[in-house]
Amino acid sequence: MPAIEVEGLERAFGEVLAVRGIDLRVEEGEIYGFLGPNGAGKTTTVRMLTTLLLPSGGRASVAGHDVVAEARQVRASIGVALQEAALDPLMTGRELIRLQATLQGLPPTAGRERADGLLDRVGLSGAADRRVGGYSGGMKRRLDLAAALVHEPSVLFLDEPTTGLDPVSRKTIWEEVRALNEDGTTVFLTTQYLEEADQLADNVGIIDRGRIVAEGTPEALKAEVGNPHVELLVGEGAVAAAERACAELGKLLPPKDGRRVLVEVEEGAAAIPRVVRALDEAGVAVESLELVRPTLDDVFVDKTGHHLEKEESGDGGEEPVPA
Amino acid sequence: MVRALGARSIRQTFRRPQLISPIVVFPTMLLAIQTGGAGAGIELPGFPPVQSFLQFMLAGSMMQSMMLAGNSGGIAFAVDIEMGFTDRLFAAPIPRFAIVLGRLAGTAALGFLASIWFLAIGLIFGAEIAGGVPGALLAILLITASALAVGGIGAAIALRTGSASVVQGLFPLVLVVLFLSSAFFPQELMIEPAKTIAEYNPLSFIVEGVREPIISGIDATQTLEAVAAIAGIVVLGLVLSARALRHRLRVG
Repeated sequence: MPAIEVEGLERAFGEVLAVRGIDLRVEEGEIYGFLGPNGAGKTTTVRMLTTLLLPSGGRASVAGHDVVAEARQVRASIGVALQEAALDPLMTGRELIRLQATLQGLPPTAGRERADGLLDRVGLSGAADRRVGGYSGGMKRRLDLAAALVHEPSVLFLDEPTTGLDPVSRKTIWEEVRALNEDGTTVFLTTQYLEEADQLADNVGIIDRGRIVAEGTPEALKAEVGNPHVELLVGEGAVAAAERACAELGKLLPPKDGRRVLVEVEEGAAAIPRVVRALDEAGVAVESLELVRPTLDDVFVDKTGHHLEKEESGDGGEEPVPA
Repeated sequence: MVRALGARSIRQTFRRPQLISPIVVFPTMLLAIQTGGAGAGIELPGFPPVQSFLQFMLAGSMMQSMMLAGNSGGIAFAVDIEMGFTDRLFAAPIPRFAIVLGRLAGTAALGFLASIWFLAIGLIFGAEIAGGVPGALLAILLITASALAVGGIGAAIALRTGSASVVQGLFPLVLVVLFLSSAFFPQELMIEPAKTIAEYNPLSFIVEGVREPIISGIDATQTLEAVAAIAGIVVLGLVLSARALRHRLRVG
């Protein structure tokens, strides 16, 4: 039985169709990365899968339960850490976890023990009795994660868990996600960070403008868009000679600027010695040489015609919200 | 679960000065000012027989505190919605209306504490509770139930608008409705149209139900009228809350 199964899921806000009939399937024990720019439909999808929003069409089941007809059973099976950690700044970390334990139906003693264990697990024991308002961004995310785990859910939804975090805090969250997954938890992770999806996900779904445009393992998706290439930075006036020397080794790609030569190499790193020898024999001085593998951004460009990372920092806009 | 949510609601109120001060500080100051400045009002012809102006005013102050507790509860609920905390609650495997009930339980508890506060102030400064301990308990019970009732309307507005500033904007309206009742002045001495409005204002029935055990003893008719008024507001608040909750869950 898949942990998550979605068929033709749709959600409209007035005239705006935020999610346009998506299909996806997440197997038990998998980390599924849901990748897309702001406004693509990631959060709307998560809100439907976590029963916080009714779908306008299609169907979805989580942990074997329909998200509309069996919403209560779905909520009992899932843990949710939403975007912008929704924490009460006036509560202490311990109070929040204990409240969450009560809401999940744990008896008081078990709830207290579970809260202490989770606070320890996420490294917040020392700050457990401080108000959440004084926590750093990373501490809030870890507390949010701990709250989502209080009832040991079989499926965990993490909506952009590392957005806005510093690299160290981001790495800590990644390690915790991996550890949870190793314990058997299915993780549905939305992100707008390519590296996050690449590092964590067993399978990736790429969503753009409410539609899933690509799905598969990160490696398979990257393999679809082409081979790695060697990027050479050569001296001024040496570009033509470098291109002649490399022409036999692989397909020449359009150059980025007047000093770079890009050669596609099917065999990846194994091609580098041949490239170096050819350039040496041709007497071309090389300032730098780099093997560049396709990224998920290349996949995104291939499928949508635009860059994901550009939209991250640009005016991607938020997902539609109800009036 | 409702108890846990109610306890969190009370903690939230006590930890946020802007929520607790309208419930305690403002009505206490108004009571002190009015009692000190208008105490001779009890000599007016037509003023109900009371031991002191403070004794008369206690019910009004409790009502004011209770109304502001309902308003503060609505503000706190709207803040929860604004910061996404309600999503955390909605994602838990509990009946979703329990979240509203938890908030109302917290508001009712604040009404309970406020009524004890004002009765204590009254006793300390020499007011007598004519109905004795049963009368005091009845006043506390009515104020607690009223807080739950008014809190239902505050919760409904919070759920419908999701905006703390909108709920906070109702603060003057709360005072207008209260002043257009017999909370601070005997209905018999009001002039038109305030007198007629106060006559039909449900808050007047509640005020009189709370005041009677304090100034003269328990009166079954006035108690029943107060209970009926509270029940009406409870039903209205719960229906509006349930509808607003459905709307919020539908639109996300």
